[in-house]
Amino acid sequence: MAGVAPPGTGTGSGIYRGNGPRLMLPVWAFIGIFLVLPVLLMAVYSFLTKEFRGGVIWDPTLAAYDKFFLDRGLFGDEPPVIEWTYIGIFWRSIWQAGLATLFCLVIGFPTAWFIATRDVRTRSAWLFLVTIPYWVNLLIRTVSMKFLIRDTGPLNEFLLWTGVVDGPLGLVNTNLAVQIGLFYSYLPFMVLPIYAAVERYDFALSEAAADLYAGAWTTLRLVILPVVRPGIVAGCILVFVPSLGAFLAPDLLGGAKTFMIGSLIEEQFKGAAGNWPFGAAASMILLSIVLGVLLLYARSQAKGAR
Amino acid sequence: MAQVDSSGGIGIAVDVDDVVKRYGTLTALHGVSFDIRDGEFFTLLGPSGCGKTTLLRCIAGFEEVSGGAIRLHGEDIARLPPHRRQVNTVFQQYALFPHMDVLANVMFGLLRRGWTRRDATARAREVLALVRLADFAERRPAQLSGGQQQRVALARALAPGPQVLLLDEPLSALDLKLRQAVRVELKQIQRETDIAFVFVTHDQEEALTMSDRIAVMSDGRVQQIGTPREVYEAPVNRFVAGFIGETNLLDVAIRSVDGSRAEVLLPGGRPFACAAAAPVAAGPGHLSVRPERIELVAAGEGDLTATVRDHVYLGTDIQLHARLADDEAVVVRIQNAAGSAIPERGAEIGLKLEAGAARLLTD
Repeated sequence: MAGVAPPGTGTGSGIYRGNGPRLMLPVWAFIGIFLVLPVLLMAVYSFLTKEFRGGVIWDPTLAAYDKFFLDRGLFGDEPPVIEWTYIGIFWRSIWQAGLATLFCLVIGFPTAWFIATRDVRTRSAWLFLVTIPYWVNLLIRTVSMKFLIRDTGPLNEFLLWTGVVDGPLGLVNTNLAVQIGLFYSYLPFMVLPIYAAVERYDFALSEAAADLYAGAWTTLRLVILPVVRPGIVAGCILVFVPSLGAFLAPDLLGGAKTFMIGSLIEEQFKGAAGNWPFGAAASMILLSIVLGVLLLYARSQAKGAR
Repeated sequence: MAQVDSSGGIGIAVDVDDVVKRYGTLTALHGVSFDIRDGEFFTLLGPSGCGKTTLLRCIAGFEEVSGGAIRLHGEDIARLPPHRRQVNTVFQQYALFPHMDVLANVMFGLLRRGWTRRDATARAREVLALVRLADFAERRPAQLSGGQQQRVALARALAPGPQVLLLDEPLSALDLKLRQAVRVELKQIQRETDIAFVFVTHDQEEALTMSDRIAVMSDGRVQQIGTPREVYEAPVNRFVAGFIGETNLLDVAIRSVDGSRAEVLLPGGRPFACAAAAPVAAGPGHLSVRPERIELVAAGEGDLTATVRDHVYLGTDIQLHARLADDEAVVVRIQNAAGSAIPERGAEIGLKLEAGAARLLTD
């Protein structure tokens, strides 16, 4: 049968069609004021000269990017070599955020699956439970987590009391503590989109796979995961991106050893020690990395869909 | 190929033996038993909730039986998981894998069974040609019409060469015109492949036109198993008579019984000799007569006297709605042939029942 139109190419008509562009105005205004303008401002600032008590001098320079990538010695007069400090912080941040995303996925997928396969009436109750912590401010939650896992906190006390451990765990100020913080902060961002995808999943597909000789793991790998992939990707992006820029969890739970991009940028804008152009440059580099990854993903998607 | 058993006859593909299915306190199947022969088009027919789909899902393995055995060429599969049973299913809503193209959908079962990619591709293309979809192998399911999707589902289930193919109301999602065309096509494919088909439907016309044998089900029990002709012309009880085709059920008094024959008094008092579907005793009974097995005669002649209430023009036929003296409704179908006289509303008519076509039913 010829002429089956691919989805999304419908030729709609009717009285609302002509109003499209005008009705979009508020949206464009919103995007312009709250998205494009700030990013432009940040891009411009990253090429300006720093003012010593915060702020900028309108004198264009590449100094901020130079400082990020190159080491010219203490007084700036030595031949430039690559500055590893900030690249290292970035690398560690990406690694930490990636690990947090992985943990959230490993725990979040079964959680979402569990909720989506409950009775329709109890699903919203489970979802509500997942989102309850979000009624509390992130700062307070992170501080509470520190209280819970510190050496004199309830977790240690309990483990000591039961005799599982004979000394404090020493969790605070480790990468693990940062992971716990990130995981705790962003897990629902993984659960909710995956839940939405699994809820729409047609379980007859699993039956069809089993009927065609696929065992449970093969069904998961070849049918379930590919079909709910949009939800998984959305969840991973929603966890990875804020984890990358997080500064509360690294600051409060990780201490100086686990310094991450978020903290680095935050410092540049806070207090007199700040360097606005450098903070802006670091933000631009972070933004480029995130957009680059998303672009690569979009490319691979477009190719897969033919 | 139809498999031949040791005794030299046609083999039994599926032996459903006293299958019971309970959900908590609810019993969906009360000990259902029947055999499905090799190469047979076997239909499970019944209204929704009669247990036909539950039974199909028990054979496929999606439901665990609470009791009984299901044997596939002699081997009890009732406790095997679905992926270990050599049966394949065509699902009601097709359940095609949306992220794979048509070819990959059809190859899925073959690859799981250990076929090489090369052989599986060749086999999949062969089956796609059988269902006349050879040119659509690279399409995604979403780019196909309902009828094409239905054929992909059929090809996907046929490709691994199952011992039995299960079809769960596969035509119900198609529109009427297409459904009639697909019926013929499906029956043709079944003959060509010579695989036993177990076909679930609530549509009696579908069942009559396609099946070698029909199992009529209601309330989790098999009411009757037989060829389309047997279940239509010799229904064993009121349910089967009423569910398959139209019928008139006349209240009669059973006067005498002689084996499977009985003599009854019709409404209006005339005696009538007929076949009894089950052993009966003297007392009240119901006589089932199909509308097309009643002949129109002059008033006062024939077995019954009735008054015409209405006619319905059906094209090939004309349906007369009439009432007997005791207000019992009778439907008569007469052929719309040249010169056939159609009695006016309110006219008195005589009705002659075709002797061999009337059946006495008790329940």
